[in-house]
Amino acid sequence: MTDQTLQTRATASAIKPKLSRDDWVMRAFILGIGLWLVVTLLLPLYSMLSKSAQNKDGAFVGLANYIEYFSTPALFHSINNSFFIAIVSTIITISLASVFAFILSRSMIPFKGVFKGIALLPLLAPSLLPGISFVYLFGRQGVLKDWIGDYSIYGPIGIVMGEVFYTFPHALMILIAAFSIADARLYEATVVLRTSRIRTFFTVTLPGIKYGLISAIFVVFTLVITDFGIPKVIGGQYNVLATDIYKQVIGQQNFEMGAVVSVVLLIPAILAFAVDRFVQRKQVAMLTARAVPYEPKPHALLDKIFFVYCCVIGLAIIGIIGMAGYASFVTFWPYNLELSLNNYDFDVMDGGGWSSFYNSLKMAAYTAIFGTVIIFTGAYMVEKAKGFKFMRGIIQFLCMIPMAVPGMVLGLAYIFFFNHPDNPLGIIYGTMPILVIVTIAHFYTVSHLTAMTALKQMDPEFETVSASLKVPFFRTFLKVTVPVCMPAILDISIYLFVNAMTTVSAVIFLYSTDTSLASIAALNMDDAGDVAPAAAMCMVIVATSAGVRVLHALLTRGMARKTQAWRKR
Amino acid sequence: MKSRLLTSILAGVAGTLAVASVASAAELTVYTAVEAEDLKKYAAKFNEDYPDIKINWVRDSTGIITAKLLAEKNNPKADIVWGLAATSLMLLGEEGMLEAYSPKGVEKLDPKFRDSANPTKWTGMDAWVASVCYNTVEAKKAGLPVPTSWQDLTKPVYKNQVIMPNPNSSGTGFLDVSSWLQLFGEEGGWKYMDGLHENIARYTHSGSKPCKLAAAGEIPIGISFAFRGAKSKAKGAPLEIIVPTEGVGWDMEATAIIKGTKNLDAAKKLADWSITKKANEMYNKGYAVVAYPGVAKPVKHFPPQIATAMIKNDFAWAAKNRKAILAEWQKRYDSKSDPK
Repeated sequence: MTDQTLQTRATASAIKPKLSRDDWVMRAFILGIGLWLVVTLLLPLYSMLSKSAQNKDGAFVGLANYIEYFSTPALFHSINNSFFIAIVSTIITISLASVFAFILSRSMIPFKGVFKGIALLPLLAPSLLPGISFVYLFGRQGVLKDWIGDYSIYGPIGIVMGEVFYTFPHALMILIAAFSIADARLYEATVVLRTSRIRTFFTVTLPGIKYGLISAIFVVFTLVITDFGIPKVIGGQYNVLATDIYKQVIGQQNFEMGAVVSVVLLIPAILAFAVDRFVQRKQVAMLTARAVPYEPKPHALLDKIFFVYCCVIGLAIIGIIGMAGYASFVTFWPYNLELSLNNYDFDVMDGGGWSSFYNSLKMAAYTAIFGTVIIFTGAYMVEKAKGFKFMRGIIQFLCMIPMAVPGMVLGLAYIFFFNHPDNPLGIIYGTMPILVIVTIAHFYTVSHLTAMTALKQMDPEFETVSASLKVPFFRTFLKVTVPVCMPAILDISIYLFVNAMTTVSAVIFLYSTDTSLASIAALNMDDAGDVAPAAAMCMVIVATSAGVRVLHALLTRGMARKTQAWRKR
Repeated sequence: MKSRLLTSILAGVAGTLAVASVASAAELTVYTAVEAEDLKKYAAKFNEDYPDIKINWVRDSTGIITAKLLAEKNNPKADIVWGLAATSLMLLGEEGMLEAYSPKGVEKLDPKFRDSANPTKWTGMDAWVASVCYNTVEAKKAGLPVPTSWQDLTKPVYKNQVIMPNPNSSGTGFLDVSSWLQLFGEEGGWKYMDGLHENIARYTHSGSKPCKLAAAGEIPIGISFAFRGAKSKAKGAPLEIIVPTEGVGWDMEATAIIKGTKNLDAAKKLADWSITKKANEMYNKGYAVVAYPGVAKPVKHFPPQIATAMIKNDFAWAAKNRKAILAEWQKRYDSKSDPK
């Protein structure tokens, strides 16, 4: 501990010699959250790191596994492949998404809301959906197979196309946020100075979105390099790091090598994450209090071009989802195009059956409920507790880690940690709780940040006033904080729910047959060659996520009237 | 106070997590790779004779179930394995995970279909035989002749028209590779695969996928196994199931009790039942070749000559050299990724 913290401690105790009951309770909570993060995150990752330096019998072998990895071309070639895919996909996604975001925030085209809604649709689908859809669009029996000529969709082309579909909304949301913080005064200046549109773009617009752009680039890069679903479905012979982990562990039962590949995959993910955090810290100061919001003006020709652009992208997205939807109703592609519900008869398919869908619903509901409670409470303690700075700093840091850890890596780490015979927590191995816990851990960061943002908007006076009125903090928490933060809390729970419905990567190593999930069933059905039922299962997931989103929108509206009235005058 | 609160929080967390996983004496956790559509039937038939033993299936593909069993080695969750590749069970046997128990009547089984040790560690159920699924419609479109032998498949006319499973992840893929090495000799086998590799469009993770892809016209020729081909054909796919003339590799689905099971009595009853004539008649509904001599009747869509085409498979050799073969295979074919 540094001198400074000691000093702050000393001064704190000088002013307030005795910690109140509230302080003790809060500190206990903070320790509880810290312990939770250590058990569900740090210890599993540690087990994985140590496993990568062990042989099959568990003896320490130092870097021997790594040396074996780098002397096997079949394995380390995947590093190149992963980077190639990630870079190409990032360039394409960012180009497409920045134009789209620019149009939505800076032009006057009609139906902006509709376009934005469509563009966010891929968030509702598991990442294998585009892969499956491309089989029907561009595969040997694909309806549009002439479009790609003699090239095969099974390989880098398919992967890149799928990744663009899957990462587009993620990039779009960041970029829209970046474009909408523009300061209109700068644009007024360009008009006065008669700067050309192009020059304006390069001297005002681009620098304005710089940080958002960088952030979007790294987010997309990380998503692509860690994604498993798309390369699994449509990658063919093109090996990438994420599928290698799966192959090593599931195909060859080589857990040690799986751990090595995980560490290799962890490095670029952590780097990208570090850069992103660094950049985000800079962005905060961008908007000053005196800035004037930019208001787009109509432009006849450009708006037409923009509209066509949005239509093309929107149609592509709907087309991809629609193709999977259509294929899921076709009896026997391509020889019997009669429509039927045969592919939805999941109980006779290898992979999990309808029960896996109900498991998914349960898992997503538990994740949303417990995850929101844990994460929001944790964020509250970190933000509002007094003193205890060192511990709070550590927790804040721990909360950021999940963002940098690929799901497959986390899942594998859980096997090593929770299935260790000496671990008393091993009783949850192979059960629903471990799926819920890993999913909460996997999606912790974004939820935590959402909660922090909402809490930071609240005046600390609430706590001070309640303290002076001798109201215990948890009453303030339940009666004031929670209702005021309700929109954020609902956002967190919906985020957790939808991600729990669609995730494959972390849970693929942890499910048991009783707890198979819909997304995993889809993956396994595709693996066994039952592509149409896999498409059907994906559509069930999309429909569920969409339904829950609509419900959420209605709920938020109702709730907002009740709890957010204070925001209006 | 602090610590008491902490313990109570932890207890609360543990309470929510704890899930009753204790099985009663009459329940068996059965790991299997048998096709999902058959599981209910298998359990029902068994329950006709043993109504008080409840089967809880844990089903996944061969590779995953094997990985699961190995991962749980120190802490086994399964009581018994019913329907997993014999080569996988041999692997588990080497790890000392199987209970030595000769089921009642084991001597009646074809010696090929049981462990040579006494008492046996595993007993076979049925054979799962390599075959080539050939899509007549797509082959005609592409102008491909009908292949009749493994060697035919290396002809340049089939370039990019063949799919086979990756032996590193698929049991079917491995039995193909091991059969070629046994048929053509070590050197000849690898030379054969070099030639075949030129024609392979891609390798799949699972063994049934090549046949299902062929059934769906995604590829004209899928190297897979006969059972899958027959099933797809029954669903109306324009498939021909070809048994290459040189002979075909095979593996068997087999049963073994996991050492350390708490339900040994019930597990023994299931192991006994799994080799009865009645059980073999049940296996025969899908598989043309079963362990109990004299039971097998022809299965619809199954190539009739398949039993005679099965090679004399040296499982001990295959199990012993498995690791080396797979490493060599990976070195030769897995590093080569499509430039396109």
